[in-house]
Amino acid sequence: MGLFDKFQQLAATRRAMAESGIQSINVVMDRVVSATEAIVNGRSLILAGTNNYLGLTFHPECIEAACDATRTLGTGTTGSRAANGSYSTHVQLETELADYFHRRGVIVFSTGYVANLGMLSTLAGSGDVFVIDGDCHASIYDGCRLSGAEIIRFRHNDPADLEKRLRRLGGRIENTLIVVEGIYSMLGDRAPLADIVAVKRRYPGAFLVVDEAHSLGVLGNHGRGMAEEAGVEADVDFVIGTFSKSLGAIGGYCASDHPELDLIRYANRPYVFTASSSPAIIASTRRALGILSAHPELRHRLWENARRLYARLMELGYRLGPEPSPIIAVRFAQREQAYSLWTALIERGIYVNLVVPPATPDGGSLLRCSVSAGHAPEQIVEIGNAFADLKRSFGIPPA
Amino acid sequence: MPSYEDILPIVTDLIKPLAAPGRSVREDTDLVSDLEFDSLKVMNLIEQVEDRFDVSVPLNILPEIRTVRDFTVQLQAILGEN
Repeated sequence: MGLFDKFQQLAATRRAMAESGIQSINVVMDRVVSATEAIVNGRSLILAGTNNYLGLTFHPECIEAACDATRTLGTGTTGSRAANGSYSTHVQLETELADYFHRRGVIVFSTGYVANLGMLSTLAGSGDVFVIDGDCHASIYDGCRLSGAEIIRFRHNDPADLEKRLRRLGGRIENTLIVVEGIYSMLGDRAPLADIVAVKRRYPGAFLVVDEAHSLGVLGNHGRGMAEEAGVEADVDFVIGTFSKSLGAIGGYCASDHPELDLIRYANRPYVFTASSSPAIIASTRRALGILSAHPELRHRLWENARRLYARLMELGYRLGPEPSPIIAVRFAQREQAYSLWTALIERGIYVNLVVPPATPDGGSLLRCSVSAGHAPEQIVEIGNAFADLKRSFGIPPA
Repeated sequence: MPSYEDILPIVTDLIKPLAAPGRSVREDTDLVSDLEFDSLKVMNLIEQVEDRFDVSVPLNILPEIRTVRDFTVQLQAILGEN
């Protein structure tokens, strides 16, 4: 088998998409007008697939903070946090995040992917065990693989299945990390975190990692995520997340009360060998964190929009993810149907994410909508209307 | 510890319903090229094996598996450790 033969299946998928006129992986935003609008190929689109949950990407205070930091600190750090790339603003952001999460310490990473890759690959090693939810994000799988630890998968959102696997580990439980997410990125469903914590408590010594990438700023009275919402923050050993969704920038973090976190920082190869975030990113993230904390009404608006769109699509008869959420997955058994609808939505001025196997949890295809607090009520109506038109013109049966 | 011969027919029976129609399942059958298994089917098979033998199958073994024989050998080793 030749070096490039392994890419043939991917090539076939891309050919099939091209034959269907699908350009979903080549969408280029010519101009982004606001948190919810962009120009693509000269066409104005409502953005309904950007994970921009609080709509902060164009917040004037975040933009001003980023511009000011660029003028005073430069465009980039040109080095790792372990070398010349640690600025006082990185440290201030870590302190502010620790205060926000009521945690002893925080490490800031340059992306959310690197946060998972770095933390998971460093926390565990040969002889340790990860027990992870089957629907976890690729960055979690990759971090676990890089660690060299044993990886055991439990059935998605199934605490009883998790317990079965913990029981089988016997004396290895103290070397075990359970990994789940707050809200799952494909179907928008939440982890039954209180039940998962109840299982963890029956196996003293096991550690719990929660990735709150899609739940920071979305769940909990203060927006701290699923652990806050479920009232179990004290049972979560490591909270991992990203700045690229509710905080409207790019970067990642891990918050923990374990005093060893600072040692983990220096043993963490993805952290040590990645250039640190630019001053502009750090400045806008700090401002966005302040806005997220001070303006719970953003979260309320997000949920109002999410519930309204979910109800509309449900009423239209589309098959959706299991619960209302800022991620609304419209599910199709046939990928061709998802291709057609995605193209037709673009023609009607709506951008959503097209997700096909193997990236989907059940082998089906998804039109993945993500709702923002920045969407005006009229935009939510327009998104719903586009799906209604398509249902009429394509005669879409519930998939 | 169950022998390879004990495990093989059970594994074969679990694989058959997941295989593409009309494909026969033998020891040297390649799960991907002969049976058209994708990642979803592999996970499905692992879950069924885990339930059947009350064992957790680590994902780390997947790079070692191409054929029904490979899978059975790995499973036997896991059962031997438990």
